[in-house]
Amino acid sequence: MALLEVRNLHVSYGQIAALHGVELEVNEREIVTLIGANGAGKTTTLNAISGLLRPDRGLVMLEGIDLSTLPPHQIVSRGVVQVPEGRHVFARLTVLENLEMGGFTVRGKAEIPRRIEQVFELFPRLRERRGQLAGTLSGGEQQMLAMGRGLMAGPKVLLLDEPSMGLAPVLVDTIFDTVRRLHSQGTTILLVEQNARMALQVADRGYVLQTGRVVLSGTAAELQAHDAVREAYLGVG
Amino acid sequence: MTTVTTLRARFGAATGNPFSGGAWRIPVRYGAVAGVTAVFVSLIGMVEAFSRREVIETAVSMDQVLLLVITGTAGYLAASRFAARGIGKSVIAATLSGVIATLFLLALLVLGDRINLRQVLLNASPSLYLELTFGKGLGTGAGLLALQIIAGAVGSGLIALLPPAPRRALLIGLTVVAGMGILHDLMSLTFQNWGPLSVLDTWLYSSTGLKVRGASALFLIFGGWSLLWAMKGPQIRERSKTLPLARSAARPVALLAALVLLAALPQILGLFLSEVLVLVGLAALMALGLNIVVGMAGLLDLGYVAFFAIGAYTMAILTSSELAFFGFNFWAALPLAILAGVVTGVLLGVPVLRMRGDYLAIVTLGFGEIVRLLVLSDALRPWLGGAQGIGRIPRPEIGSFEFVSSQQVYYLVLGGCVFAAFISWRLKGSRLGRAWLAIREDEDVAAAMGINRVYFKLLAFAAGAAFAAMSGAIAASRLGIIYPHSFSLLISINVLAIVIIGGMGNIPGVVIGAFALVGLPEILREFGDFRWLVYGAALVGMMLLRPAGLWPEAIRKRELTARPAGVPETPSTSPSAGDTS
Ligand SMILES: Nc1ncnc2c1ncn2[C@@H]1O[C@H](COP(=O)(O)OP(=O)(O)OP(=O)(O)O)[C@@H](O)[C@H]1O
Ligand SMILES: [Mg+2]
Repeated sequence: MALLEVRNLHVSYGQIAALHGVELEVNEREIVTLIGANGAGKTTTLNAISGLLRPDRGLVMLEGIDLSTLPPHQIVSRGVVQVPEGRHVFARLTVLENLEMGGFTVRGKAEIPRRIEQVFELFPRLRERRGQLAGTLSGGEQQMLAMGRGLMAGPKVLLLDEPSMGLAPVLVDTIFDTVRRLHSQGTTILLVEQNARMALQVADRGYVLQTGRVVLSGTAAELQAHDAVREAYLGVG
Repeated sequence: MTTVTTLRARFGAATGNPFSGGAWRIPVRYGAVAGVTAVFVSLIGMVEAFSRREVIETAVSMDQVLLLVITGTAGYLAASRFAARGIGKSVIAATLSGVIATLFLLALLVLGDRINLRQVLLNASPSLYLELTFGKGLGTGAGLLALQIIAGAVGSGLIALLPPAPRRALLIGLTVVAGMGILHDLMSLTFQNWGPLSVLDTWLYSSTGLKVRGASALFLIFGGWSLLWAMKGPQIRERSKTLPLARSAARPVALLAALVLLAALPQILGLFLSEVLVLVGLAALMALGLNIVVGMAGLLDLGYVAFFAIGAYTMAILTSSELAFFGFNFWAALPLAILAGVVTGVLLGVPVLRMRGDYLAIVTLGFGEIVRLLVLSDALRPWLGGAQGIGRIPRPEIGSFEFVSSQQVYYLVLGGCVFAAFISWRLKGSRLGRAWLAIREDEDVAAAMGINRVYFKLLAFAAGAAFAAMSGAIAASRLGIIYPHSFSLLISINVLAIVIIGGMGNIPGVVIGAFALVGLPEILREFGDFRWLVYGAALVGMMLLRPAGLWPEAIRKRELTARPAGVPETPSTSPSAGDTS
């Protein structure tokens, strides 16, 4: 049984359907990437998994238990944590306060400092800037903070929505390095990316989403070799 | 935020802006604003009305203080904008602003001399001109006026150039003298009220104003104290840190002293000021509640008066002998009134859960009006009294002690405020407070963080409503009778203003805000409608100078002083830092 399973997921915004029966699964300790063009429904899929959107139909199962009717805070406490698109950090709070907020669902006082320490090991840059207001961090630092804050909740599955968006190439590399490190430490990740080339390099498997449907899936190597993917998403003709 | 930042930059003190060519326009502009203001207060009759009051007997009258404050502010600001360019240029800038301001007043004098302005401007009376020219006629008088205004502007400019410690000492000394002079009647009354203090009255005041010795003593004591504190304060604080015993003892002792002082206050202050304190306390109680909703959780509630009304009406219905429904006493009714507030708080909360910002404001505003119209309605008259309200609400009593006069009700209100402040403080530091903070800062991220928005928002509404209902219940039993008209939208607005002016989210700030917005207008009652003018101007000025409130929450304060994105707040010493900025 996969750790996270999405079955026949339908989501609509009012009258307009955005997802038409998305199916995907993420196994434990896997990085799975969801790629697709703008408006394909990637963010919608993640929001439906994390409970921010209520699906019309379908199941979101974590370890065999359906989450699709639970409110977002319960989904977080069960271990599905989303790092939202566009680096939403608490701009007026410091780096440290942001991280503490990320551990809101964590029980036990001693656990929080321990996790903060882990995040700082992963992102030494954040340690240097622990007292700085999150709103004054650079874009890359804010992305690191958003990821670190997501990790604070101790996720079983981390949902990353376009972590490389709008970053300079050097920072994109840093972010993907971190994703790799998280993977090597055993974190399970569902990674949404526009940057299909990078995403397929770090991922174990991938799904291609097109207008609300999964049109292709396979191992990262298979997708990288697939003609249609090469043409549409990797820019190779 | 950008507007605030530019305003700060414009009004900011000596920050050493690199001026471009048109720098001299700045003092001219300040002078012109001051001049127009001075002419304005003259023509609305303020100068003339104030001229009858002396701040320091025979030497300084209140209208002179008024004009000096207006033109002195211009000189002060002009000089501090030029501080970086050296003393000479700063003094010239201050002088220039004084001259410009004078020109406006002179124009008024000359114009008034030629034309009879009185046909249009009622207050352009001969006595105004007499007052402005010191009764010396246009020629000499105008010269004296110019001299006084310019000297005031230059003097204020010089104050602005002083180092911070003596500058603060001077300003504090002058403010205390002016304040004590202006509040002469009130202070005299208060001093006479209590034996040991009544000597102070005759020593400080004559029948018309402060004696010169009183003014000098006040100036020296308060200015000197500020100066001393500036020099020795850091040392004292440092030393108390190294003495753990002193530090651990200081807190309880200070707390005890504060409690004793609070308990003795009505006896020291007398009836009138106790009444003011009761009004301030009731407002503070409401503001502490609204502070949870708006300040901590970020939910803009414009119908907050509804909970005040619900508390008051629950108290009235349960206790009034006019209605004779239940005949509860105050103490039995109080928890039920608070409970009624909590229940309606949650009831209002449920439908507005998904709303934010302006939508939420409008819906809550509607809710406030609905409650007011309900208690006003004829249909509900048998139960709620309609437009006539509900009377014969019994006073609170403990045993045979009845809370009747303001000096007694004060203790009830004080108890409520201490309770509310304590609860707010504990909530703020708790998990609950952190959840509210997250919701206030970014609701969606808060949800992604595992925070139950529904639950915590409802709790905020409930807690806020509880305090307002408590305030309403006490107010109802204090007055003995309540009317629907006492629960207008204006109350919601005023309480919101208290929270904003005081400093959103910060508990002591909110209490200070209640003093400033409710207490001051009461104290300045003798100045009639002019106080509202000063009050309005002070509000505008305050929001320009202290946009985060009188005593802001740390988070809001640092936001306003924060640098733009990408610039580190403090330069980091590590080698890899700073390469992203
Ligand atoms: N709140 C909304 N209301 C209405 N339609 C929406 C809403 N959010 C998304 N959509 C629509 O749903 C579709 C899928 O959007 P989604 O944000 O999931 O795309 P995406 O794959 O994440 O795109 P991108 O790569 O640009 O982030 C789009 O057609 C979008 O216009
Ligand atoms: Mg998206």
